[in-house]
Amino acid sequence: MEDFLEVIDLKKWFPGVKANDGVNLTLRRGEVHAILGENGAGKSTLMKMIYGLLEPTSGEIRLAGQPVHFRSPREAIQAGIGMVHQHFMLIPALTVAENVVLGDEPGGVNYNRREAVRHVRALSERYGLDIDPTAKISQLSVGLQQRVEILKAFYRKARLIILDEPTALLTPQETRELFNIVRNLKAEGIPVLFISHKLDEVKEISDRVTVMRAGKTVDSVRTADATPQDLANMMVGREVVLRIQKEVAKPGAPVLQLEDVKVRDKAKNLRVKGITLELRRGEILGLAGIDGNGQFELADAIAGLLRPEDGRIIFDGHDITHMTPAQRTERGIAYVPQDRHADGLVLEFDLVENTILRDFHKRPYSSAGILRRKPAEDYTKRLIEAFDVRPPQPARKAAELSGGNQQKVILAREVSRDPIMLIAAQPTRGLDVGAIEGIHRQLVRLRDEGKGVLLVSLEMDEILSLSDRIAVIHDGRIVDVIPGDTATREQIGLLMTGSRTNSEVASS
Amino acid sequence: MKALRSTFLGPIVATLLAIVIGGILVSAMGYNPFSVYGSLISGAFGNIPSLGNTITASIPLVLCGLGIAIAFQSGLFNIGADGQYWVAAAASVWVGYHFTSLPGWLHIIFCLVVGMLVGAIWGGIIPGLTKAYVGSSEVITTMMLSYIGILLARYLIEGGPMQEPGSNPQSPEIVQNTQLPYFNQTLMQSQLSLVAVAITILAAVVAWFLLYKTTIGYQLRAVGFNQRAARYAGMRVTLYTVIALCLSGLFAGLAGSVQMLGVDHRLMDGFSSNYGYTAIVVSLLARNNPLGVLLAGLFFGALTTGGQNMQIISNVPAALTDVLQGLIIFFVACERIVPQIIQWYRRRRSLRSGVAAS
Repeated sequence: MEDFLEVIDLKKWFPGVKANDGVNLTLRRGEVHAILGENGAGKSTLMKMIYGLLEPTSGEIRLAGQPVHFRSPREAIQAGIGMVHQHFMLIPALTVAENVVLGDEPGGVNYNRREAVRHVRALSERYGLDIDPTAKISQLSVGLQQRVEILKAFYRKARLIILDEPTALLTPQETRELFNIVRNLKAEGIPVLFISHKLDEVKEISDRVTVMRAGKTVDSVRTADATPQDLANMMVGREVVLRIQKEVAKPGAPVLQLEDVKVRDKAKNLRVKGITLELRRGEILGLAGIDGNGQFELADAIAGLLRPEDGRIIFDGHDITHMTPAQRTERGIAYVPQDRHADGLVLEFDLVENTILRDFHKRPYSSAGILRRKPAEDYTKRLIEAFDVRPPQPARKAAELSGGNQQKVILAREVSRDPIMLIAAQPTRGLDVGAIEGIHRQLVRLRDEGKGVLLVSLEMDEILSLSDRIAVIHDGRIVDVIPGDTATREQIGLLMTGSRTNSEVASS
Repeated sequence: MKALRSTFLGPIVATLLAIVIGGILVSAMGYNPFSVYGSLISGAFGNIPSLGNTITASIPLVLCGLGIAIAFQSGLFNIGADGQYWVAAAASVWVGYHFTSLPGWLHIIFCLVVGMLVGAIWGGIIPGLTKAYVGSSEVITTMMLSYIGILLARYLIEGGPMQEPGSNPQSPEIVQNTQLPYFNQTLMQSQLSLVAVAITILAAVVAWFLLYKTTIGYQLRAVGFNQRAARYAGMRVTLYTVIALCLSGLFAGLAGSVQMLGVDHRLMDGFSSNYGYTAIVVSLLARNNPLGVLLAGLFFGALTTGGQNMQIISNVPAALTDVLQGLIIFFVACERIVPQIIQWYRRRRSLRSGVAAS
């Protein structure tokens, strides 16, 4: 295999920041090459330089042996570089074919629709990207939209595909389908740069992996030669604990009891179809399931954001089914919501205003309706220090923080109120290994302090590593509840599709 | 300090761009832009009476603008400040020529309070409740109620119960006691009452304090920025929607009240003043910051009075000030372009230096 893309000692310095400081990379024809690194390690800066969005400070990029200097993405595209951004750049009102050919339409001004559809169909067949060229983007799932982005690259004759955090928004099935597409591309001899911070995905899909840390490339290794632990250590620069060590749980009294709870979502679809479940003090109950099976509606219903249609929610011995979110907060329910931008934070507020989001109306943060900034700021400073939020500036707007630090702010706010129970929905989504470790430690610490933790997660590893018991949800119902220490991936995977094991089917 | 600069840089650049393009327009029409702007500035600030006129003209704009800013900060769009202004004006005038036995200061406060309450009901209770419970858009309801309010005020003095017997469609004058004092002859010429000025400044400070220093304002802004997060935090989103629209109408009502007590002294035909609409621009230009509204209101007041002088001296139609307003709205609305232009320029420069280095 020959080198298709070479990056030699590439540097990009911004005033005060060395975003890239000596990056070396070789991408061979027909290989899937992963770039692995934590958020802020310089992966995006590197990609932007390869794609012509940023000009390197020094160093060289070679394409097929020739040095290249791209001044714009247009030039990079002309040279055969295709990029699929994490956030898609598609026009929802247009069809697949129209989006693909946009800017380079067959027939020019005299747009030839039939030719566009034919061309896109031919491309999709060639690369195994099954999609209907006449479908509207707005009607497609995220996974299919991503295919359109890949088609766009090939329509522009890409010889190399860069996938920037491609699985961040995908469901597990869509991820599997994407991996099949990547394997097709590899079989076609097209090199793929796969940017990610998820170890298991890198392990599964890539041939070689280059690890970045603090703007530098640490090493490039054959993926098969490295264990996930090796990669994690390289990424973070120290020994990382991938699977949290924890004592055996000492479950106490029940803290949450759900009795045949039914919940409709905002669109009035019945998403939770009768769930009976119990969470005890001092245990982590994992709620596993494929996205869209009602787990997040259930979490919202326990927190009071959705009103159950039927059933009872008992918390700490009291019926809270009809209480407002504020009353539940007062009783000791803390909630880390699934979507931290939509629910967990007011991004335009600074950290002080965000940390008092639940307690602003209480002393010492306000008295007689007047906000008191000083106590709130002191409290925020304490939380920032205890949870290692960076940058440690209380007056920063929440929007200016990285995803991991935003999540730390939410977690800090929720657990520092000394709750009785924490609902953690996707608490580590989009975070890097170091941040995940910190948040997992916090969840175990809460458990050890005798609080109940309901962990709702789509990440099988997270569920397996933390849960004392695992409840598997499918189509709004609990399929089974199994002990965490003996559970296996295969067992949960099977339950997630809704099928119980044979013996139980026979007995029931 | 840096945050403050970035907040106000956009509006200032937008205003400057509008002035430059307005100047180009004027020269295209065959006038000397410097003398035209000169006459505008001297008409607005040139001497004590014109400065007084400017301040008088800015008071209703500031007060309406404060109401609109509060709505904007709460994520709501109050388009109907004009109607709230006029129903409140009518109510204040009615109170102003009744209850003649009340002592002066008490009568003034009574007029203001009634005006504010009527404005709050017109702008807040009706659109607020329909939005909260039926989900109707406040953009439509405030606007429709605005027409109803203006026409109601007009009916009251054109054959309605408030018409003064006689030929003119106008109400009786409010009693001397309730007219805000002018203190001296010069101020009287400009119809500028220092009490009205004091009320306006106080209102701006109160609005600022309310928004940034109280739990009510904290919740209003949280609801405005992110309704879902506000709900998550346990705030009562519908209640604060109603409160926001009430406060918005309250300030617009105060504008009507102060204008009646301080300037007009009676309800009469002036229904095309459009304070409520100009105030939207005032609020946008001030980035919905109450203290910024003071400055932006003064600027638009200056445009109004300066425009009249400009027409007299330079023969340029006063409508040019409307063009300037339009241009300012345009540039404020697309002020996101400004950072993009700066970024583009920096990129070009860094690319050039990059090429030169290699």
